[in-house]
Amino acid sequence: MKPAEFYPRDRLWHPPALTPDYKTSVARSPRWAMLSLQGSLSEITGPVFGHGDIGPLDNDLIRNFATTGDPVGERIIVHGRVLDENGRPVPNTLVEIWQANAGGRYRHKKDTYLAPIDPNFGGCGRTLTDESGYYFFRTIKPGAYPWRNWVNNWRPAHIHVSVFGTAFSQRLITQMYFEGDPLIHQCPIVNTIPDPRAIDQLIAPLDMNAAIPLDCLAYKFDIVLRGRRSTLFENRLEGN
Amino acid sequence: MPQPLNYLKESPSQTAGPYVHIGLAPGAAGFAIFRQELGREIAAPDVPGERIRVEGIVFDGTGSPVTDVLIEVWQADAAGIYPHPEDPRHADCAKGFRGWGRIVPDFETGLWAFETIKPGAVPGRSGRMMAPHISFWLVARGINIGLSTRMYFEDEDNAADPVLNLIEQPPRRETLIARRTGPGRYRFDIRLQGEDETVFLDV
Repeated sequence: MKPAEFYPRDRLWHPPALTPDYKTSVARSPRWAMLSLQGSLSEITGPVFGHGDIGPLDNDLIRNFATTGDPVGERIIVHGRVLDENGRPVPNTLVEIWQANAGGRYRHKKDTYLAPIDPNFGGCGRTLTDESGYYFFRTIKPGAYPWRNWVNNWRPAHIHVSVFGTAFSQRLITQMYFEGDPLIHQCPIVNTIPDPRAIDQLIAPLDMNAAIPLDCLAYKFDIVLRGRRSTLFENRLEGN
Repeated sequence: MPQPLNYLKESPSQTAGPYVHIGLAPGAAGFAIFRQELGREIAAPDVPGERIRVEGIVFDGTGSPVTDVLIEVWQADAAGIYPHPEDPRHADCAKGFRGWGRIVPDFETGLWAFETIKPGAVPGRSGRMMAPHISFWLVARGINIGLSTRMYFEDEDNAADPVLNLIEQPPRRETLIARRTGPGRYRFDIRLQGEDETVFLDV
């Protein structure tokens, strides 16, 4: 049976738009209520990517920008599965990541933090999940960095993660945090998420099973996208 | 105790932050790394349809341009067909049509623009046709979860569009309609907050 619409987003699980402790949200959050829309063809479709879109080193941040040697920092693997809310794998979907270097400095012309750029670290990668929804990256563990929110706010170490799924309405950007980081629970961006269980969902545990002895540690980060229900007892979507 | 439902929860969203370009458009961040950046070509040059250019600015609640926004768009081809297996007509979709684009504004002015073809009307729910439209998704620093909206065209007949008609207040419908500023040129400003705030969709 062909599945139909996506489960509605649980807007009490996600952060709301207006979260004043994260100051930038104050002027960038809509004041009117969103218009709820049942899915049409425009929502249940989305861009399709293939291996022709990416290069062989794109998921290896230790190698993909290195010129004179390896980047400095803690060598790690970040891996996991992309699943939907039904627990089904999401195969062949594009996962993109970006991050700061080991000192918390981004390779971006607008980042002026005094920690130096690493000449051998770009800080971005991308990959496609395999048939079982599995993905992996190799990278350097990013450092914490300060940001102008309150006078002394520091972001916990994090990797930004962007995922597509199969439909434009599954589109998601989030951040992955590292198990045990004491900065997580005092971060106003983390705390935009109202439910502590939802925050836990963004904290990647150390995964010694996937670590490579004498080479690198590993963290496991599963990503869950919206699930879909089947068209039970319902007039089918036009053309579906 | 009833049986547990056992659904997984969707990973909660977080803001894309100020440096989203590093991951999604590294050229805009100031460095080259990938063989090709994704989302630069929505419709290859030989894709049939009327060539159009869409431009605009995203404004915050103070009326200032949001210069660090990143926008993605998704649209059907000139015949109203999506290049996706869920569209039952997708085998007939124009060759070389990706339908998806990624747009970064000028960091000084906030002005963004993209070139594509004008989409055709798409079948909506219950057989009602939707007027030609482009789906937008916006992320930026200060935006905790990506904002979805749609852009319609001033020079199309939007009167019967089922989504526009869901908007209770007629003046708010206008916020989704791009103005034609010349042959094949459209202006679509997005206001995140305040007067003439754009309608955002919970899709």
